[in-house]
Amino acid sequence: MRLEPIANPTLARRIVLPAVALALTVIAASFLALLAGANPFATLGLILSGAVGSKFALLETLNRATPLIFTGLAAAVAFRARLWNIGAEAQLYAGAAVTVILGTGALGLPAALLLPILALAAMLAGAAILLGPVLLKTRLGVDEVVTTLLFNFIMLLFVSYLLEGPMKDPMGMGWPKSAALIPEARLPRIVTGLRLHWGFALALLAAVAVWVIQTRTTLGYEIRAVGLNAEAARFAGIPVNRVMVKTALLSGGLAALAGFSEVAGLKGNLTLDLSPGFGYAGIIVAMLALLNPLGVVLSALFVAGVFVGADSMSRAAAVPTYIADILTATALLTMVLALRLTHARVRWR
Amino acid sequence: MSDRDTGGAEVVLRLSGITKRFGALLANDAIGFDLRRGEVIALLGENGAGKTTLMNILFGHYTADAGTVEVFGQPLPPGHPRAALASGVGMVHQHFTLADNLSVLDNILLGTRSLFSPSLGNAAARARVSRLAQDFGLAVHPDARVGSLSVGERQRVEILKALYRDARILILDEPTAVLTPQETTALFATLKKAVALGLSIIFISHKLGEVMEISSRVLVLRHGKLVGEVETARTDRHRLAEMMVGAEIAAPKVAERVPGPALLTLKGVETARRGNAPRLKGVDLELRAGQIIGLAGVSGNGQSALAALIGGLESPTQGRMDLAEDDGVDWSPRSALAAGIARIPEDRHRTGTVADFSLTENAILESYARAPMSRRGWMDWRAAEGFARRIIETYDVRCPGPSARIRLLSGGNMQKLILGRVLEAAPRIILANQPVRGLDIGAVTFVHNRLIAARDAGAAVLLISEDLDEVTALSDVIHVIYEGRLSPGFPRGTKTPAELGLWMAGQGFGEAGHAA
Amino acid sequence: MDLFDILLNASFWAAAVRIASPLIFATLGELICERAGVLNLGIEGIMVAGAFAGWMTVYLGFGLWTGVLIAMLVGMAFGFLHAVLTVPFGLSQHVVGLGVTLLATATAYFAYRLSLPEVTSPPKIEPFQPFEIPLLAKLPLIGPAFFAQTALTYLAFALVLAVWLLLYRTPLGLALRAAGENPAAVEAQGLSVTAIRMGAVIAGSGLMAVGGAFLTMSAFSSFFFEMVNGRGWICIALVVFGAWRPGKAALGALLFAAFDALQVRLQQTPMGAIVPYQLFLMVPYVLSILALVFMSRRAEVPAALMVPFNKGER
Repeated sequence: MRLEPIANPTLARRIVLPAVALALTVIAASFLALLAGANPFATLGLILSGAVGSKFALLETLNRATPLIFTGLAAAVAFRARLWNIGAEAQLYAGAAVTVILGTGALGLPAALLLPILALAAMLAGAAILLGPVLLKTRLGVDEVVTTLLFNFIMLLFVSYLLEGPMKDPMGMGWPKSAALIPEARLPRIVTGLRLHWGFALALLAAVAVWVIQTRTTLGYEIRAVGLNAEAARFAGIPVNRVMVKTALLSGGLAALAGFSEVAGLKGNLTLDLSPGFGYAGIIVAMLALLNPLGVVLSALFVAGVFVGADSMSRAAAVPTYIADILTATALLTMVLALRLTHARVRWR
Repeated sequence: MSDRDTGGAEVVLRLSGITKRFGALLANDAIGFDLRRGEVIALLGENGAGKTTLMNILFGHYTADAGTVEVFGQPLPPGHPRAALASGVGMVHQHFTLADNLSVLDNILLGTRSLFSPSLGNAAARARVSRLAQDFGLAVHPDARVGSLSVGERQRVEILKALYRDARILILDEPTAVLTPQETTALFATLKKAVALGLSIIFISHKLGEVMEISSRVLVLRHGKLVGEVETARTDRHRLAEMMVGAEIAAPKVAERVPGPALLTLKGVETARRGNAPRLKGVDLELRAGQIIGLAGVSGNGQSALAALIGGLESPTQGRMDLAEDDGVDWSPRSALAAGIARIPEDRHRTGTVADFSLTENAILESYARAPMSRRGWMDWRAAEGFARRIIETYDVRCPGPSARIRLLSGGNMQKLILGRVLEAAPRIILANQPVRGLDIGAVTFVHNRLIAARDAGAAVLLISEDLDEVTALSDVIHVIYEGRLSPGFPRGTKTPAELGLWMAGQGFGEAGHAA
Repeated sequence: MDLFDILLNASFWAAAVRIASPLIFATLGELICERAGVLNLGIEGIMVAGAFAGWMTVYLGFGLWTGVLIAMLVGMAFGFLHAVLTVPFGLSQHVVGLGVTLLATATAYFAYRLSLPEVTSPPKIEPFQPFEIPLLAKLPLIGPAFFAQTALTYLAFALVLAVWLLLYRTPLGLALRAAGENPAAVEAQGLSVTAIRMGAVIAGSGLMAVGGAFLTMSAFSSFFFEMVNGRGWICIALVVFGAWRPGKAALGALLFAAFDALQVRLQQTPMGAIVPYQLFLMVPYVLSILALVFMSRRAEVPAALMVPFNKGER
């Protein structure tokens, strides 16, 4: 077989194929539920109601989407420049660690001053973490996929060291966790009484900001040119390596904001299980959104919904919560295939 | 076509009604012909006429929408190179299909044995390759890494690949495009030996002289249709040209002009080695206002290095380039642009354009960072689109509009956009690297006339081309490049093509590193 | 106990060889994929799936070799998925690889939770036992290190030779290497690039899964979460370190494993009391990055790695 490109796919093609991908994901979920001996419709219903069925569920989904928007944006920004930052997990923890280091009393400032400083410091830390791999890439040609992946493990061990050593909470009863943030370092709730913090608003703002950068600025133009054809970009005089580094700083900073927002908005301290793989899930979020920053918000909500819904479902039915990971991975693979087939026709001879 | 005279030798290949569409483009329209044992037929047509598509269908790379192929009276199943090879069809592709990191022998042996047989059988194969090489005059070392071979040697490997598989029908796609005149002569000697041994050859070309020399019959393709079939002995170049383009090809007219001052001077310039490509060695070159300097040479002799140097992608390691500092630290594509150098890149798909960018985005690739395209880092898309529209109109770029993706454009229109992009900046120096490669006659004429107009307006033009005819037709002065060294400049009309061919093969270049 | 004592201790070298074994399987698997032109980032997840499948098979009462076979088949199934998406459809090898890793990992965890919903500590199986090769095992230092291992370790080292022979001494190996260098050359010689690349990815994925199975069936005897712990990514670095050659890659795996065994032992020394243990645990990852950095300048990467091939593309 071979593929024949379609220059201008029809609207039907653009709609039907992604719909088929989504349907396949739902079918996969039903199959897994059956495998677990549960009623597929009931399972899907439980996932849905667990994600959006109540005010509590909805807020939980929004809260879970917050770090995913940040890591999704981090991936979307980097992948646009064809910079494969798979290290959002490390950058997230770097951001969280810095937030805790500065936010537990080291800086005695009012919240209006302290919070922006913490966010900025977190971004710098995340950017710094990605700087190493990107410089290795631009200077020595070292593939960044593997280096950023390996950095995730190194960073987690480093945080583990911090939590058992210098950052250990003396009141922590021996658990490896940090001291709690001072109240001025906590992101307040958007509406009192509702469990949703300003991190979510910051995430939306970040999505809009990234969108503006990509469509309205020279940097955005450069990033897109480098990602689509680095050789042509270099020939035309675009400083490809400098653009890569700028992209990396932006991407690392965004991923670190996920750590900042989780610590300052939700958890209040740092533990080793701060992120259940937000960094990796961000890649799925970005790909499902076709790297569009505004689309990232929607796909983060979708992925968050699946995870929150699956958590709640598995408490009620005997279907393991890992169904959520299988579903998002399936959605990713079927969606990239659907997109390919939107722009190409399969010929069997 | 059935009442055609098929007397004489046996018909070894018969194509009938071959039709192939690519989207809206009808690449082949009901094409049919016969090939007889021991003859050379030329498939003549300009770029984009459908020659290569037709041969790719015959060889099984593409599948025809309609039509049949018969080899030695047997129908050939479509879409399988394996079937074509097994039935005795061999193809020498224009872009060689060789793995650079493998040896010559490995490249020849690839796919010749059952994949699951336990050994490669190298010893017997080596002997057979040597014998074939001797019989056909195709000297090449079987254990050499293909990446280390010259273009001519690689072509010999390609031919050996086909002969090793007992090809009885040989298809050669533009085989002379990359050879010196002398290498072409050697290739023709090989082909004549092959014909004498009973092989049949299809020779694809758009060069009339070669077609007249090697073929016994000429088939002319135009816009995907077979528009003529003549015995070579009963025609001449003019009639073939008319059949090929529908009108006589007018040679570009370059009026005499007194050159102005030197705009760019290279003195003893050397560059660093990049991969397998040769570096520049002691290059002296002067580009003067109102002059077209032609650079002739077999591809891969340092043209890319020179283009990269002048285009700002590479800095000299030694010598002087009077636009740049000696250490070349600041020499970059941007400084080249600032110095008024317009650059038409060799590969418009890979380096000239971003395929998934719109025409507008492609038009501003070199100017986006300055006003009016952007201010303080903010893009002005309205100004950008205005610029694109101006180019589209002035340079007659046929396209759906400035927001269409450039990937949808034909090569000629893409090249016109690039031409507009660089010429709108009113350059002092124009670096034109293979500016008409792969274009049809109309676009070729358009590009040539623009270059001549720029020269007449006082720009210095450096024309790099592998097509010696193009270089001799346009250039006021010709340099030959060979293994990174430059010959002295030969003013128009002072050297014959054969003499230039000897320079292209390295004669005249002293061993010391500088041209004699 | 100082460094000298450690290095002269046979158990240290035995441990190094043991640690190297799963890496060798998976590295060879990745090497086969990359030689054919496909980067397989599914490796990490495929190792998890292999570790689970092999262990589960034995837990259900089947033989150890049946477990290895099932693990390989599971790996090949995920390899098939990867191959279909990246070869004929030409999708991004990065995206598909990460997707396959997530899918395979989640599937293994899902199946684990499904089959053992209640347990907190996973049950153990009877793993492969080491057996001494007569005479050779009696050699000083080398004997216990290389010739008193489990059958899977012997298999790993035998495979290094087998893969070398395959790549450099058979028509299939030639076709595979050519597919990674210039697929158009393969196509023009009448072979199917799609078939060769898909076959390489499927077979390579099978080896990766066996590497994973080694962990549960020869090293740890039970399955737990996070047990692969980045070994797949390390193997990708090892392929680069080995310059895409099976012998060098295996040597790299051994060297790497020696450092890993060393850091475990150094933790027991007085040095381990001062230096935090996390620093020791970082050694494998840091070494992998260093390997990439030092080997990156050599241009031996298959020319068509990560370049999709679409037949008849214009």
